[in-house]
Amino acid sequence: MNIFVCIKRVPDTSEAIVKVDDTGRGVDSSKFSFDINESDNYAVEEAVLLKEAKGGNVQIVCAGTQDADMMIRMALAKGCDSAIRIDDPRINEVDPLQVAKVLAAAIKGKEFDLVLTGCMASDDGNMAVGVALAEELGVPHAAMVKKVEAGDGKVKVYRELEGGISEVVEMDLPAVITIQTGINEPRYAPIKGIRLAQKKELTVLKLEDLGVAPEEVSEAASLIALENFYIPEVESKAEILEGEPEEKAALLAEKLVKGGLL
Amino acid sequence: MGNVFVLAEHRQGELRDITLEMLTKAAAVAWQTGGEVVAVLLGSGVDAFAEKLRGYADRVLYVDDPLFADYNSEKYQKALAPLIQEHKPELFMIGHTTQGVDLAPALAVELKLPFISDVIEINLVDGKLKPVRQFYQGKVNANFSFKGEPPYLLTFREASLEAGEPNKSGSIEKVASPLQEDIAYRRFVEYVAAEVGDVDITQSEILVAVGRGIKEEKNMPLIEELAKAMKADICGSRAAIDAGWLGHDRQVGTSGKTVKPKLYVAIGISGAFQHLAGMKGAKTIVAINKDPDAPIFSVADLGIVDDLFKVVPKLTEKLKELKG
Ligand SMILES: Cc1cc2nc3c(=O)[nH]c(=O)nc-3n(C[C@H](O)[C@H](O)[C@H](O)COP(=O)(O)OP(=O)(O)OC[C@H]3O[C@@H](n4cnc5c(N)ncnc54)[C@H](O)[C@@H]3O)c2cc1C
Ligand SMILES: Cc1cc2nc3c(=O)[nH]c(=O)nc-3n(C[C@H](O)[C@H](O)[C@H](O)COP(=O)(O)OP(=O)(O)OC[C@H]3O[C@@H](n4cnc5c(N)ncnc54)[C@H](O)[C@@H]3O)c2cc1C
Repeated sequence: MNIFVCIKRVPDTSEAIVKVDDTGRGVDSSKFSFDINESDNYAVEEAVLLKEAKGGNVQIVCAGTQDADMMIRMALAKGCDSAIRIDDPRINEVDPLQVAKVLAAAIKGKEFDLVLTGCMASDDGNMAVGVALAEELGVPHAAMVKKVEAGDGKVKVYRELEGGISEVVEMDLPAVITIQTGINEPRYAPIKGIRLAQKKELTVLKLEDLGVAPEEVSEAASLIALENFYIPEVESKAEILEGEPEEKAALLAEKLVKGGLL
Repeated sequence: MGNVFVLAEHRQGELRDITLEMLTKAAAVAWQTGGEVVAVLLGSGVDAFAEKLRGYADRVLYVDDPLFADYNSEKYQKALAPLIQEHKPELFMIGHTTQGVDLAPALAVELKLPFISDVIEINLVDGKLKPVRQFYQGKVNANFSFKGEPPYLLTFREASLEAGEPNKSGSIEKVASPLQEDIAYRRFVEYVAAEVGDVDITQSEILVAVGRGIKEEKNMPLIEELAKAMKADICGSRAAIDAGWLGHDRQVGTSGKTVKPKLYVAIGISGAFQHLAGMKGAKTIVAINKDPDAPIFSVADLGIVDDLFKVVPKLTEKLKELKG
């Protein structure tokens, strides 16, 4: 079973202060820490599990700068075989459909049974790249998958729907699956794997290498435009308790008990 | 011109809330563009849905075909592509739901439509549609615009607004099914119900909810102690469930359960919209989080901005003392 897995390097902003930069169309990311996107980490694990069960190979595809190499090496250390990184500043990254076009160009014409992507990138959160990629490749897809059962020439997947219900879908291979978090338990990269990963092939490509005309994936060619970022006003009615941690805790306890909430 | 189309979403005999939410937004947009609101319904024997939709739409286009009994992205795409090309709406809206995200991007690629995903608001400025979407899990908003010619496509986030009351009585137009036969390469098999556990958190009066902020499973006793002192049941964000700290039946949010307790104490939970959707109906919400900008505070009644590891043990201690 030959698998491509698409991974993206994203900032962890869950605890970070996010500020709009001077252009008004970006954010100041100088203080962010970056790592593999959460659902992509699960996609890597799923790809490696499938390879371990069925044989074949796993190739990584990533559109990003050299900063992504560390993340790619970690995925290689977990058992992926090789990687393609598309590094081209001419790609308009704001448009998920253009990103999908670039990723598709890296995969098209190669032999594959499955392409796995994450279901959502935690920074931009479009939830669009995987499904758009499938359409570019002309193969069936299923989004938000929590269980994969690969058979001969077909795959059965469990799509996780609202309320935790699963929709079971069967598809012919090759196919694209977007992976939801929690599908497996991502492993840590073993020390031996980290050493081996340094020797694995990481090919860096430009748009020309993929046969993609830069005009096609440029900002000018995009059918959407990001006009400006702004920090949303949080309408909070919350009463924020003040003081030292112990004082706040005590105050909260009193409010809960005396307010008749407990 | 200026027509706004909405794809009706339904599953297992139920029209999903997102449908009426979108139609409500569509009416506001169409009022400004001077167009009609058109609901598109693909299903099998769902006349009752068509009837409901006409209360919110000027027209209901209804494909009634057993092949559309259950959702299948490939069939939906085959039906919607020609329909969009024929009717050329100004805007076509699909829910940003597990159904919509499985469908819309492929439709956009096929028809080369300008497409914006996960929209929370649609403004009109000088007659131009300006959708708003969020980045960095709700910390930044962005104004977008479409380029090129309509039709424009977007997916619209659930619970971005409250659906209004029906105030139209549109026509129902049956449309011939575009499908001659079933699709072989993607097949619907079945629905599998969600896991049931020992405690039904939708019935709990008091809930202590734990998120990724607790960092490791070995810190869970901190939460368990607090829950005991509060006589509360424990639930969690998706991050806590994915990490295996709690069972699936304890997950609160769009892909978990919707809870409405008297008291909900969120600890180390950022408040992603998927989480908020499951708990914002709680009567009183308390949030403990060290990030003052965490979106959870937007729905909280009481908040502590601090390190949970310092606050929670003290809170437990004080509660024990007060409740003796
Ligand atoms: C102002 C601005 C600046 C940006 N600058 C950068 C930048 O410098 N570098 C950057 O990488 N992105 C950048 N982006 C991000 C870019 O918008 C997204 O990569 C793109 O729009 C895809 O959408 P998404 O990330 O929401 O993907 P989703 O559709 O949510 O992603 C789904 C899945 O697609 C796959 N995927 C998505 N993107 C990639 C990728 N690049 N490579 C491999 N797989 C991928 C992953 O498996 C992911 O889980 C920027 C965005 C904005 C608004
Ligand atoms: C299709 C889909 C469906 C989803 N469904 C759900 C769902 O049903 N339910 C759900 O919850 N999520 C759901 N999610 C995931 C959601 O997007 C978020 O990723 C998730 O809710 C994050 O969980 P969290 O708040 O625990 O973690 P994070 O977002 O990582 O937040 C952790 C928080 O802890 C705080 N913190 C860290 N350390 C401390 C400390 N020492 N003291 C105090 N605070 C601290 C941080 O400031 C941060 O705000 C879904 C996602 C997708 C794509």
